[in-house]
Amino acid sequence: MKHVSLPLLALVLAACVSGPRTEAPAPSAAAPAPMVTDRRTAPVLGPPPSLQLPPIIRRELSNGLKLLIVEHRELPVADFILLVGTGGEGDPAGKAGVATLTASLLEEGTSTRNALQIADQSAFLGAQVGATSAWDASRVALHTPTAQLDSALALFADVVLRPSFPVTEIERLRKERLTSLLQVKDQPRAIADRAYASILYGAGHPYGQPLSGTESSTQAIVRTDIQQFYRMYYRPNNATLIIVGDVRPDEIERKVASLFGSWERGTVARSEWKQPPPSSTTTIYLIDKPGAPQSSFRIGSVGVPRSTSDYFALLVMNTILGGSFTSRLNNNLRETKGYTYGARSRFDMRRSAGPFTASAEITAAKSDSALIEFMKELRAIQDTVPVTELMKAKRLRQLELPASFESTRDIASQLIPIVLYDLPGDYYNSYVEQIERVTQADVQRAARRYIDTSKLAVVIVGDRTALESALKSLQMGTVEIRDITGQPLRP
Amino acid sequence: MLNGTGPLAAQAISLASEKYTLPNGLEVILHEDRSVPMVAVNMYYKVGSGDEKPGRTGFAHLFEHIMFMGSEHVQVGMFDQLLEAAGADNNGSTNEDRTDYNIQMPSNALPLALWLDADRLGWLLPTMDQAKLDLQRDVVKNERRQGVDNVPYGRAFETIAQALYPSGHPYSWPVIGSMADLSAASLDDVKQFFRTYYVPNNATLAIAGDFHRDSVRRWVERNFSQIPRGPEMPARPTPAPVIIARDTFLVLEDRVQLPRVYWTWPSAPLFQADDAALDVLAYVLAGDKNSRLYKRLVYDMQLAQDVSAFQASSRLTSQFFIIATPKPGQSPTTIAGLVQEELSRLMQDGVMPRELERARNTFRARKIDQLSSVQGKASLLNYYNYFAGTPDYARQDAERYDRVTQADVHRVAHTYLEKPKVVLTIVPAGQTALKVTRGSR
Repeated sequence: MKHVSLPLLALVLAACVSGPRTEAPAPSAAAPAPMVTDRRTAPVLGPPPSLQLPPIIRRELSNGLKLLIVEHRELPVADFILLVGTGGEGDPAGKAGVATLTASLLEEGTSTRNALQIADQSAFLGAQVGATSAWDASRVALHTPTAQLDSALALFADVVLRPSFPVTEIERLRKERLTSLLQVKDQPRAIADRAYASILYGAGHPYGQPLSGTESSTQAIVRTDIQQFYRMYYRPNNATLIIVGDVRPDEIERKVASLFGSWERGTVARSEWKQPPPSSTTTIYLIDKPGAPQSSFRIGSVGVPRSTSDYFALLVMNTILGGSFTSRLNNNLRETKGYTYGARSRFDMRRSAGPFTASAEITAAKSDSALIEFMKELRAIQDTVPVTELMKAKRLRQLELPASFESTRDIASQLIPIVLYDLPGDYYNSYVEQIERVTQADVQRAARRYIDTSKLAVVIVGDRTALESALKSLQMGTVEIRDITGQPLRP
Repeated sequence: MLNGTGPLAAQAISLASEKYTLPNGLEVILHEDRSVPMVAVNMYYKVGSGDEKPGRTGFAHLFEHIMFMGSEHVQVGMFDQLLEAAGADNNGSTNEDRTDYNIQMPSNALPLALWLDADRLGWLLPTMDQAKLDLQRDVVKNERRQGVDNVPYGRAFETIAQALYPSGHPYSWPVIGSMADLSAASLDDVKQFFRTYYVPNNATLAIAGDFHRDSVRRWVERNFSQIPRGPEMPARPTPAPVIIARDTFLVLEDRVQLPRVYWTWPSAPLFQADDAALDVLAYVLAGDKNSRLYKRLVYDMQLAQDVSAFQASSRLTSQFFIIATPKPGQSPTTIAGLVQEELSRLMQDGVMPRELERARNTFRARKIDQLSSVQGKASLLNYYNYFAGTPDYARQDAERYDRVTQADVHRVAHTYLEKPKVVLTIVPAGQTALKVTRGSR
């Protein structure tokens, strides 16, 4: 492959794509003799197709469960996402992994079906049921042929409303998780991600722990932690059901009401977390992976919450820096130097400030040279960006929107941030315009405010013996040796 | 039996297209879909790593990278810059059999995509130079490090292919190639490869999405018609069916915590008789929680961390895989014994109706989902056109699974999985004693 898909900013966009379009001119009856295109200049394109807000139908059941419904009839399928407004940020102290384990266990048994029966039925229906937790939310998803809608929806409701959290399944998943944690040692990229989060946020903040837990937290979790998490957070007044597909709103609301109507409200606590103190210097954290042919780089700092007023300035700035194939980081480290298969950057925006991260897998012998180039780009983005580069980034983010709204699954996932971050009703109507308003000055201001090259964490997972002295001689910051969890080596 | 999904799914699976050929041999396939204001272009070149010469493994894929480096009228870097400024996304992929290039974009950008695709087919060489080759050689070497060398178990599939196929078989070397061969590739190789394979009579252009058919036909003609037809393609090898004389047991040390065992059998080529039944067999073995191997090894006994089975279908021949990772402290040999037991049971008793239904319904649902994007449709049209001989194959493809019977699954298990196989055990460094040497059929 030419490249793996580059993660964009951790945000999701929505818009809909109906209404007036640019039609190609009709051909004349007497077609002219074949001509050839002028190859000297790229063709001038007509106006891009216009975007309109999707008709989102909002309903609410008497128990507080909100519904967001979008009709989409292209294929006989439907997608449901039950979004519970609490995820890993709700993990109790020392028990990282409770949210994700709770979600996984929904499929492992209910009061009427055991794990094998749940799996049997969903495969038999040709449906997919799955549950997972991110930081801000837990989600249970159903993708089903509409021919099987009633049976699939009944299964989905059973999984959401009546999980039994069997002890045997908890122990089975615990064993699986401990084995997966052991296997992380084989995966330099996973080591880098985990160590980077741990170094940025420390032990006192949930973002410093992996969503799937650590060895000690996985050992520490007991069944009542899971039951308490479920009872506290899986409540209709803390949930929204997104429905997209070949459905009729009134009919589907009736079906949902009959299945979810007796779900009881609860009082939902919100956790508050103290932001970690910002780093005072740039430090290089080297984690040894003997013999690694590449070094995994993660460079950055604590970034911004999704609620930031600089959202669009950051979106455009990061597109230029490392959020697209032609971005500066990728163009420099891959397309000019050939040090890597791909370099990128992202602002992971969550309810609290998530990390800003520039990253790449760098050929071991070029690790020190690559760090120089990373730093060069992180500094250069603080200067005024040329207008053509600004326009290219803005056009990309504006014009790629329809691609995120093709399938029922696409549309359903685009509605998630509307729910989670309480975006204003006209958010998507003004989306393209908000990007249009971003100026060179905005980009510069955002870069200067959120990227400080004198206060970065630089995590490198690679062959210590080959890298340590070269990194030290760069004099870009202290080089500390850390273990694979990001902690100082014990003497 | 399940009522409803079958007939409804069959109705849903429709991918109507129009196909025609330009005088220079370029095949064009058009599918209109106005559901979103987007278009996808998928360009197939009928060349893959299987066409490479000895000492030049990885070349077809390396060449794919060079196709993004600009052409006579497109300066280095502009291919991607122009497309991004138009809101388009693009990529390419190479496998043993073919190379494809896709661009998906807002519908107004289609003339740009066609102009760019034509330029790199018609005018690549005038600006080709050593620097472009050297740069992408470095990128591809990093792609290999990132996907193979710096990944646990990353060398499994190339190790198996080398043992499964006779020397010189087109599938016996990896698509990504070896580091030494990548280093050896020369600018002359690039030119020769381009002149041989990147000609309109070896390409198919599939376009799916929101367009006006007559306009598109005109744009295609204006962009591509002046590119001259190339020489006829060199004859491709038609290797004999792959037969291994006896079970082959391999061991490979890697930087891993846990061993992993791979069983591989030669199997039926893509779209040929038994291919769909082998897909269903793989599902019955490890496709869901109730599948034979998953339920026994992972769910009930909890001796394995994971198990998977799949039919990896290709044009000349396919590979049927079972892969399992023992849990800490469990031996690969124990796992191998249990895999053999389950295979024996299946050979003895065949499969149950419910198992077949779960598999068929799951495959049917997947076939519908493949039609949910214009990019998916454009690449499916080319895939069917190349591998099945006609772009009009979506419904037949789905119906292959509807026709699979319990007897078919039972039969293909005997036909393929009782033949000799390659068994690879990847072990933590220094633990070659963990190698599986027996214990499965």
